[in-house]
Amino acid sequence: MTETAPDLDRLRGGAAPRNHDARTIAALTANPGCARRGVMDAAGVDKDAVARALGFPAPFGQSQFAITRGNVFEQQVKADGCAELLTLLREGLGLDVPEVAYDDLETVAGNEGRELRHIRTRRLLARALETGEGTLFDHPLLRLDIGGRPAYLEPDVIAFQFAGRFHVIEIKSFAVVDGQAEPEQVAAAARQSAVYVLALRDLVAELGHDPERVSHEVFLVCPENFSNRPAATPVDVRPQLAVLRRQLARLTRIDDILAELPADLTFAPGERLAEAVRTVEARYAPECMAGCEMAFFCRDEARACGATGALGRSVRDDLGGLDTIGTALALADGDLDPAADLAETAAQLRLASLLRAEALENAEARRAAEAPPAPAAAPAAAIPESRAS
Amino acid sequence: MSALSALARLEAVRAGRAQPVATVRHVHIADAPLVLVPLKLAGEAAAPLAVMAGAAPDAPSLLIVPQPRNRDQRFAFAASLARLVLNHVETHRGEVEELPGKDGEVRLRYGDAPQLLVPNRGGVRFLRLLGRSTRFRSTEGAYAVDAAVPVLGRWLTWFADRHDHPGSSLLGAATELLRLHWATGQSSLEDGNLAALMGWIDPPDGLDGPSAAALAEDPVRWPPAGPATDPTFDNEVLAPAIAAYDRSGGDARARERLRAAIETQVTPTWELMWRAVGLLRALPEAAGVARRWERDRDAFTHYHQTFGEAYPQARRDPPVRAARRLHDLERAQEAYEAQRAFDDPLVMAEQRLTGAAFGGVVTECHPERLDETGKRPKLRPLLRVATGDPVRLEPGTPVCSAARPALKGRIVEIGGGGVLVELTGGLGRRLVPEAGVVPVEGDRVCFTSRTEGSFGIARFPDREDTPWTHGGPPEDYVPTADDAREDWS
Amino acid sequence: MSRPPLMSVPHAANAETGPAPPETDPARAAGRVVADVLADLGGGHRGVVVDSPPGAGKSTLVVRAAAHLAAAGERLMIVAQTNEQVDDLIDRLAGKHPEVPLGRLSASGYAPSDRVRAHPAVRVAQKADDLAGQTVVIATAAKWATLQDGSWPWAIVDEAYQMRSDMLLRIAGRFERALFVGDPGQLDPFSTVEVERWAGLSWDPMRSAVSVLLAHNPDLPVHRLPVSWRLPASAAPVVSDAFYPFTGFQAGTREGDRRLEFGARGMGTTYDRALEEAAATGWALYELPARHTLRTDAEAVQATAALAVRLLQRGPVAHSEQGTAGVDAARVAIGAAHRDQVAAIRAALGPHGAGITVDTANRLQGREYDVTVVLHPLSGRRDATAFHLESGRLCVLASRHRHACVVVARAGIPELLDAHPSTEPVRLGVPVKFPDGWEANQSVLAHLAAHRVPAG
Repeated sequence: MTETAPDLDRLRGGAAPRNHDARTIAALTANPGCARRGVMDAAGVDKDAVARALGFPAPFGQSQFAITRGNVFEQQVKADGCAELLTLLREGLGLDVPEVAYDDLETVAGNEGRELRHIRTRRLLARALETGEGTLFDHPLLRLDIGGRPAYLEPDVIAFQFAGRFHVIEIKSFAVVDGQAEPEQVAAAARQSAVYVLALRDLVAELGHDPERVSHEVFLVCPENFSNRPAATPVDVRPQLAVLRRQLARLTRIDDILAELPADLTFAPGERLAEAVRTVEARYAPECMAGCEMAFFCRDEARACGATGALGRSVRDDLGGLDTIGTALALADGDLDPAADLAETAAQLRLASLLRAEALENAEARRAAEAPPAPAAAPAAAIPESRAS
Repeated sequence: MSALSALARLEAVRAGRAQPVATVRHVHIADAPLVLVPLKLAGEAAAPLAVMAGAAPDAPSLLIVPQPRNRDQRFAFAASLARLVLNHVETHRGEVEELPGKDGEVRLRYGDAPQLLVPNRGGVRFLRLLGRSTRFRSTEGAYAVDAAVPVLGRWLTWFADRHDHPGSSLLGAATELLRLHWATGQSSLEDGNLAALMGWIDPPDGLDGPSAAALAEDPVRWPPAGPATDPTFDNEVLAPAIAAYDRSGGDARARERLRAAIETQVTPTWELMWRAVGLLRALPEAAGVARRWERDRDAFTHYHQTFGEAYPQARRDPPVRAARRLHDLERAQEAYEAQRAFDDPLVMAEQRLTGAAFGGVVTECHPERLDETGKRPKLRPLLRVATGDPVRLEPGTPVCSAARPALKGRIVEIGGGGVLVELTGGLGRRLVPEAGVVPVEGDRVCFTSRTEGSFGIARFPDREDTPWTHGGPPEDYVPTADDAREDWS
Repeated sequence: MSRPPLMSVPHAANAETGPAPPETDPARAAGRVVADVLADLGGGHRGVVVDSPPGAGKSTLVVRAAAHLAAAGERLMIVAQTNEQVDDLIDRLAGKHPEVPLGRLSASGYAPSDRVRAHPAVRVAQKADDLAGQTVVIATAAKWATLQDGSWPWAIVDEAYQMRSDMLLRIAGRFERALFVGDPGQLDPFSTVEVERWAGLSWDPMRSAVSVLLAHNPDLPVHRLPVSWRLPASAAPVVSDAFYPFTGFQAGTREGDRRLEFGARGMGTTYDRALEEAAATGWALYELPARHTLRTDAEAVQATAALAVRLLQRGPVAHSEQGTAGVDAARVAIGAAHRDQVAAIRAALGPHGAGITVDTANRLQGREYDVTVVLHPLSGRRDATAFHLESGRLCVLASRHRHACVVVARAGIPELLDAHPSTEPVRLGVPVKFPDGWEANQSVLAHLAAHRVPAG
């Protein structure tokens, strides 16, 4: 416990805060119980850089084929003032979209800052809300409060005004085959879209309009089947919106965690970086590897202290929440007298151990009886020559 | 998951090596399975980049698509793969058995069936999509493809559908098959990496499981088992090689360089696949495997024999088809789970741990007891089984013997470290049990409440009788010109 | 229609005593919906759907509708999901309308229960032909699905939200028109296999019968019974807000209409305090210290069983609009999420708890008791799974009681919910399920927090 909590700038070691985008904000919902991640995200720490400095770089490389494919598809959908997109909205979804105006909010003259671009977005959307004019607003630069500080969202969606309501249109290059796409990819897209819906609703409310004018129904535009032809699918993001609101609200509770940390704590590169990171507790689970830059460091840490959680959430749950592998094994072996609160878990592990031993011994005996001179069961002995090939 | 498999993982951590979670092999392994290691182009749904394929470890064929975005090359690739797969299908039918069928007709069953093995679930998914993208192609007209291409599409779709079928061995993913038999000291997510999984099960000399698995996570030493490629390989090797091939205008040497680059990515997985086959084959086969393989052969025979009369499989199941299929799957699932437990004491141990089954020694036996409360006396032997298992069954629960599931009974009372069981079936027809049927004092027995057979044969309406609640009869699916022209870019 | 549109006599009597404003008068509100439903049966629709929150008079409606159709001279089949439910309906229908010729179609192994034997006029047969003369024939969906032919002008499908659509597909050929009645807030049907191939299809066989029916027949009238006659005034708003946030319902009784009293004084134990809290307010959260445990957490199992036994020992007496009666073991239920928990609780109950129903949420669906003791699905868990969070599970457990519900849980569930990762996969074209399990759990916990009794 310290008298003054570390301020967020010190945590970053003076580096500029990393910009949030819809992806990083959506990722806040992935493991909200992790204090380490919460603190680093709240402070805008560059987790990727920290992980590299610690010797555990995150393997989140992207293939240039995938990048190219994504860019080509997006350009194609947006070409000629979003001609293909409009066809899709009109014919694919049967929307009676009248005359069309396309505003690209990214291409402003000169090298303007985000603040200016956001102002331009505000101005255009304000007019659209008042007059109902304007149809497609590409690259709106939106802002969202993250832990009490405004974050600008990298704008890669289109706001589509139709019948007095705004819909978020998100263009993704994963395929929708016979109406279905990879559920994880759709979920990720839905979470990101929800971030935009929320930011757009904030803006609409600030402008004095009903935030419900931004629909919870977003349109996901993806290549259809194995072609480059786009198809639009409506996605209801209400569940994602609820989760996001919840997690954004609880981000402010990071203050409680910060208050517990040493005042001189910093994640600046240096000899004491690992120690500093370990000061903030992680809640590692194998799922972290899919989305958190720190995951490999945390996995190493979890494995080093023999954490059952490193084997998976369900394994830990099956062990009655026992934290360490050593304890669990000692209980299973009957080498450790369990405390009262572990008696039940101990009994189950002991029984599991006996049942395993009984089954394996019987199998061994049966095998020995059936084939007396057979080689030992060590699998390596049974492998054909293929290994040498 | 259960405490038992969780414990196996802990033991694997301690041993530094994977631990068995099965004492017998629950999957059929063909003498010559067709191993397929597919790669696809990143960012695309199912644009093939390469497949290494073959039915023997020393005879792989490597088929590649030098420019994966070129549709002609894709179809040429599909045609080559088709010849390879279809040849395997046609040469693995075995002798034809003749069986008595319905109404005195003769039913045929092939003596063998083709088995396809891929590295992981992604491989299954890729085959399914490749099947989907080729089965509707037309062999004539503007976008004509080789006649073998749509045939391949239909067979791949069929194999992928059989993969959904619990207990089927026709299309297997190595990671799934291995995980059915071994538990590692890492998470199931990490087990999805074939090289890491194999590292735990069979670490190379001088390494233990964790260090072998750690090496396996380095894409330079162990390229991913596909179908996704390593992004660094894509950016640093593949992209320049494809670009060079394009620039050369299809030059043979450029093509060969590309092929060699891809070969480095699939060969390690190819070798892993055959090591995995060897490990699995070395396990003693479970009793139920032959029976389930017979069902696989039945399914294969039927599809093979009706192939010429049928259309390609529809894009999505219509209502009646979907309901029927779900019923088939649930039935197969129940039978598969029950059989695995009967065949394997280590699987049965899961049920014993949760109290759904119990094992122990017979301490008391009345083999010729009669129940004379009814009109006619019935043979109802009584057994008392001493057990330390936490039995969580109520008196009256029907049970059956794990060693001989036909031997049925019901629980009379539980307590005092023992269970009293009344045997009710599988005893023979007379009032004295057949010899050797009733366990005697001192015998080790195991009884379970999980019996198979709760799913009877179900009746479904004909397609043309699809009710109004489900949208009425769907239109008959007839492949259209549009299907055949579908873009594949 | 000649019958007055009122649900049943006791409730009507109760309604007459109160000067409630007309639009919120529960009996009238419910009566109006029932009248609308019966009117729609003659309205030429192929199907009519009635959503019924817990204890809203679903069975009463089924009996009313059956009698209504029978009176109009229509032959009618009734589809229930379990033999238990079939026997229940027979008992009610035969008791209320002995003039309606009634048949029970059953599988070969079926032995008529006492409830069915109590009505000798009811014919029991294995073949539909043997029941050709009966105006109303009742059977389980599974039994109906074995019929190859035969057609009834009308069907009533009970617990239609718990029936899978593949079952509806198998029996829909047997009827021309149907009334579907069920509770959308309870547990969805499930499958033992995990296959995604039907995701997004309007006829996905794993979806509920009602959702498939409405997807193909979007114009069918859908009614909602607006009043729970079972849940007391202390519970209806809690369950309504958590599990029926968009449609909502009200209690049929008012604050003070129901009272639970104990004949024997307590000894000041925490069990007694929890029971007294529940008797006074309708709810109690008996909270054990935070700990991660096995599912069959011995301490929680023990507390759950002990609370139920202690309840009976205290000689509980229930006062309600139906009069005053002692609460015996038959009127008490214990609910849990898993079968192994149920087995452990049964074992822990011992002889003092004989006659108390102990079952999983799945099997408690549609049942009603005076007092329930519930082992919270998330108690002792470190991570919540979709199974534990499923809103229908908690909804069933929290809505079986007429008087009071005691929830047993380890502390720490709010933290668990707080840390729950939200990464559920999304399938295109699959309608979003409301309410969200997380939100529903949170909502119930927030209410229970005010009724917390820490274990001593």
